[in-house]
Amino acid sequence: MGINIEKIRKDFPILQQQVYNKPLIYLDNGATTHKPQVVIDTIREIHEKQNSSIHRGIHYLSEQMTGRYEAARETVRTFINAASTHEIIFTSGATGSINAVAFSFGEKYVGAGDEILISEMEHHSNIVPWQMLCERKGAILKVIPFDEKGELQLEKLDELLSKKTRIVALTHASNSLGTINPVREVIRRAHAREIPVLLDGAQMVQHGAVDVRELDCDFYVFSSHKIFGPTGSGVLYGKEALLEELPPYQGGGDMVDQVSFEGTTYNTLPFKFEAGTTHFTGAIGLAAALDYLRFIGIEEIARYEQELIRYTREKLEGIQELKIYGESELRISVFSFLLENVHTYDAGMILDKMGIAVRTGTLCTQPVMDHFGISGTIRASLVFYNTMEEVDRLVEGIQRTIEMLS
Amino acid sequence: MTNAMTEFNQIQQDIVEEFSIFEDWLDRYNYLIELGNDLPAIDPEYRTNEYLINGCQSKVWLYADLVDGRLQFKADSDAIIVKGIVALLVKLMDNRTPAEILENELFFIDGIGLRQNLSPTRSNGLLAMVKKMRLYAMAYQAKEQKTKNHE
Repeated sequence: MGINIEKIRKDFPILQQQVYNKPLIYLDNGATTHKPQVVIDTIREIHEKQNSSIHRGIHYLSEQMTGRYEAARETVRTFINAASTHEIIFTSGATGSINAVAFSFGEKYVGAGDEILISEMEHHSNIVPWQMLCERKGAILKVIPFDEKGELQLEKLDELLSKKTRIVALTHASNSLGTINPVREVIRRAHAREIPVLLDGAQMVQHGAVDVRELDCDFYVFSSHKIFGPTGSGVLYGKEALLEELPPYQGGGDMVDQVSFEGTTYNTLPFKFEAGTTHFTGAIGLAAALDYLRFIGIEEIARYEQELIRYTREKLEGIQELKIYGESELRISVFSFLLENVHTYDAGMILDKMGIAVRTGTLCTQPVMDHFGISGTIRASLVFYNTMEEVDRLVEGIQRTIEMLS
Repeated sequence: MTNAMTEFNQIQQDIVEEFSIFEDWLDRYNYLIELGNDLPAIDPEYRTNEYLINGCQSKVWLYADLVDGRLQFKADSDAIIVKGIVALLVKLMDNRTPAEILENELFFIDGIGLRQNLSPTRSNGLLAMVKKMRLYAMAYQAKEQKTKNHE
């Protein structure tokens, strides 16, 4: 039984509108996704009826809010199948999560001459925090290259993993190439040398089931706003034993046990990593989004997106003047491409006026663009509320763009 | 002076009227593409980082000279629609005195619905280009002033 896209689209109020008197075709989901009514309602309802500081107040509203916040943690735990809610830290997003690990893990385990291994296809968010760590500690950043198809060169992995490698940080799926990386294999080989692995799931969790225990990754991060939840919220998953060992990365209220001027003891997991008043409405909104996805069915979504991928790929490949960057078979519904003799910015502007929202430019992955010797691409990134008809409209838009610019 | 200012604004008014006949955005873009194609490419010596106004996604190069008290602009962009807008700016600003450039408000951009393309959040270098044109005008004005004072 397939999913009913027409019905699903009605759950997303923003999709009902017209831009420039044309129906909105939103293909910039890799940047951010839209929110179903249930998420919008949840956040409004919190502000109307329950808003109160969590983990502090003795009063009724605070108790209720705390209960919902911790229930949200449990929802996230179930969604990625973590062993315990102690392993689920709410952050400001995938970027915040990576920065937290780069700091805390770096403080504890990384020293001069040590190595951090990332890949050539990382989003800037999974490059810069590690570079900053390397600068602080005198450590060295190493990079797993990808090949012309946009697939990780696994054969280079073993020579890159060394006695000095302290952590591997790898994207689960590429935001610019669409590649789903062979993360199990990377984790297996890293673990054989007792090196922990962080996976950046910002572009993966919205496209299919993620089971952190089955993956056996040590850290997993993702953003709420890319999985139909509110912006400004995100998740850091870490194995409990590992998180226990790490020092907190931000100090403040709620993350402490006893505070005196002589010294402070820290709260237990997960609170040790949640300083100050957290974005609790964001966390609860995220949980509403995850519940919604489970209601639709993650497997159903993944199946439908495979159809979308097949259809989009076939249609794009049918355009002679179009070249796709990132040709991995194992992929998410993200397509980067260039049109012959067309500047990406011109294409983006023209498509915009046809009501088609795409991303253009370096996509926060400058090394990927450097790899191909280009300055940017046009990216269409689809999720389960997109339709084959929208892909047809994109193709018409691209053809019109080519006509106008050549 | 009054006449010259009127002329400056007349050009802006003309641009607004030219664009008003287009009902469809894509026709407006088609026209900008034409203008972009008609604007000669900047000499390679100016197509360098020194003259680059760095927008995030499209590059704009700009150079200005002062000839007989009037600014002469050479400009280019690697994106053709942006180049069309550049051509409009050059059409307006070229061969003007520094005072004209500094004293007149730019209203044609609003008038043809391109305001969003000039907002600071749009990373296409156009806002920076207008600023740079005014900076050239200011610099040459100061230079002229200095020369006069020395005379």
